[in-house]
Amino acid sequence: MFREVFETYNWDEVQSGIYAKTAADVERALNKSKRDLEDFKALISPAAAPYLEQMAQISHRITQKRFGKTVQLYAPLYLSNECQNICNYCGFSFDNKIRRKTLSGVEILQEADYLKKQGFEHVLLVTGEATKTVGVDYLRDAIRLLRPHFANISIEVQPLEEDEYKTLAAEGLYAVLVYQETYHKENYKLYHLKGKKSNFDYRLDTPDRLGNAGIHKIGLGVLIGLEDWRADNFFTALHVNYLEKHFWKTKYSISFPRLRPASGLIEPKSVITDKELVQLICAWRIFNEEIELSISTRENEFFRDHIIQLGATSISAGSKTNPGGYTVEPESLEQFEIDDSRSVAEVKQMIEKKGYKAVWKDWEQFTEVEKV
Amino acid sequence: MTDTLKIADKIFTSRLFTGTGKFGNHHIMEEALLASGSELVTVALKRVNMDGENDDILQHLQHTHISLLPNTSGVRNAEEAIFAAHMAREALQTNWLKLEIHPDPKYLMPDPIETLKAAERLVKDGFIVLPYIHADPVLCKRLEEVGVAAVMPLGAPIGSNMGLKTLEFLQIIIEQSNVPVIVDAGIGAPSHAAAAMEIGADAVLVNTAIAVAGDPVKIAMAFKLAIIAGRMAYCAKLGTVKAYAESTSPLTDFLN
Repeated sequence: MFREVFETYNWDEVQSGIYAKTAADVERALNKSKRDLEDFKALISPAAAPYLEQMAQISHRITQKRFGKTVQLYAPLYLSNECQNICNYCGFSFDNKIRRKTLSGVEILQEADYLKKQGFEHVLLVTGEATKTVGVDYLRDAIRLLRPHFANISIEVQPLEEDEYKTLAAEGLYAVLVYQETYHKENYKLYHLKGKKSNFDYRLDTPDRLGNAGIHKIGLGVLIGLEDWRADNFFTALHVNYLEKHFWKTKYSISFPRLRPASGLIEPKSVITDKELVQLICAWRIFNEEIELSISTRENEFFRDHIIQLGATSISAGSKTNPGGYTVEPESLEQFEIDDSRSVAEVKQMIEKKGYKAVWKDWEQFTEVEKV
Repeated sequence: MTDTLKIADKIFTSRLFTGTGKFGNHHIMEEALLASGSELVTVALKRVNMDGENDDILQHLQHTHISLLPNTSGVRNAEEAIFAAHMAREALQTNWLKLEIHPDPKYLMPDPIETLKAAERLVKDGFIVLPYIHADPVLCKRLEEVGVAAVMPLGAPIGSNMGLKTLEFLQIIIEQSNVPVIVDAGIGAPSHAAAAMEIGADAVLVNTAIAVAGDPVKIAMAFKLAIIAGRMAYCAKLGTVKAYAESTSPLTDFLN
């Protein structure tokens, strides 16, 4: 279990280790052909800031070598904003007095129809944590409904049991995104006040359960703005390193959600600048040449237009973060504000202008899926 | 006599096989493939829109001299590969198949055990199987025994552009093989492709090095020429490199 590895590390030591890195450490990391965790610390450290252009050049080159001149497109499909957790950074928090909405089967298909017309083949299903209404049965039914319409289905929902993941995988589920939010175990409690999500360890063990269940792709990340983003990303890298060694048939992706304004929520404690976010993304690419890096519409157009050349391999477009947001109930409460509100066609055009190809489909189910 | 390559029932005049991934757009891809003169182009089944008749990639490959070679990229074992192969045959109307099984999504290393298993079955099912494998001479012989049409050993990891890192093993494979040997993966520059041809490879497959180049069309032409030159050198019987000097007054001359 990753938890055993994690427990041998101390947050403060990791953090001071990162801040102690020097220009010489950064140069050594840049000149190697394979980088380890100590190199990653150097690349995300303040000492690497003056090397940003050099990092961007390396990141650009190795990203193109691996992924070509392509960017994958996906759309989030919010199924529900019901949630029993109280988390003070999230719009869906239980104590947030908003109208709750969970899509019915008919409504799911209506939203799906809209996304298909936009060209999407990869869809990410998102919910809060409301196990009675949005449990495994609900998710299984949703995947069954959507399976004939999309080539690739991912979920970003509450952590599940290994057997439950196996059930969903058998229905055709491809990837599971589960963000630790922060690896600062003590302070995790300050953000996750009530509900199942307040169990740090259960969440930390989730990627192990996913690996055991044979899920094709696992998405990791932290919510940037809660704790020191450098230390948190080091722990994410430690987690990926562990997972790659234990679950070698699994693909991994990293996301960089920045805390965005949402109604009635805390202000970010640690702010990351655009320059630092570019440094972080390039550091990830240089550290792990094969990993997928994903950027959502939390980021603004200007930033997104440039980041696809610097290491990002997958982006969402035309997103709505509220259940029914595309067609069914456009006015329901969103999880966070979108900062790139361009249409899918506009994003596609931007990608082409950059000399890249938008990839809509990069997956095919090569096993029998039970016919409904 | 023209120097052609026969694989199964097809005769190729070009020994450059290409792929369709990683291009910035499909028009450049089409132009580059035409410039390369390639007659066999591999397509990842997972990228093809199987229910749509006007698939975005396939539309650009409709040239009479180009044959499609669907590949099974994305499958993790023999069972999935067999499923994918049948899907490909139905969707693309060809029984040619580049069998690639790489359960490791990081380095995309081919699984020799699953590949042999799938190859055996697919040959029985009537496929023309071209398996992507490690430069493993014994595996090549085993695959030949189950009836594959060619073998495709790697020069280096897919997309790495590192060149012929497996040179010594490729030479053994070429020496021993009764089926065509196509060096696949790792070829990053025309000089690498020429080197593969000089040691007697029957063909090479290049994708990343063309797709990701600053000018894919021009580099495609460069690969075409390099492969012609390398092949010509092989046929002409290259002079051997000598590790020692040949003295003008030999030491054993007194024996004559």
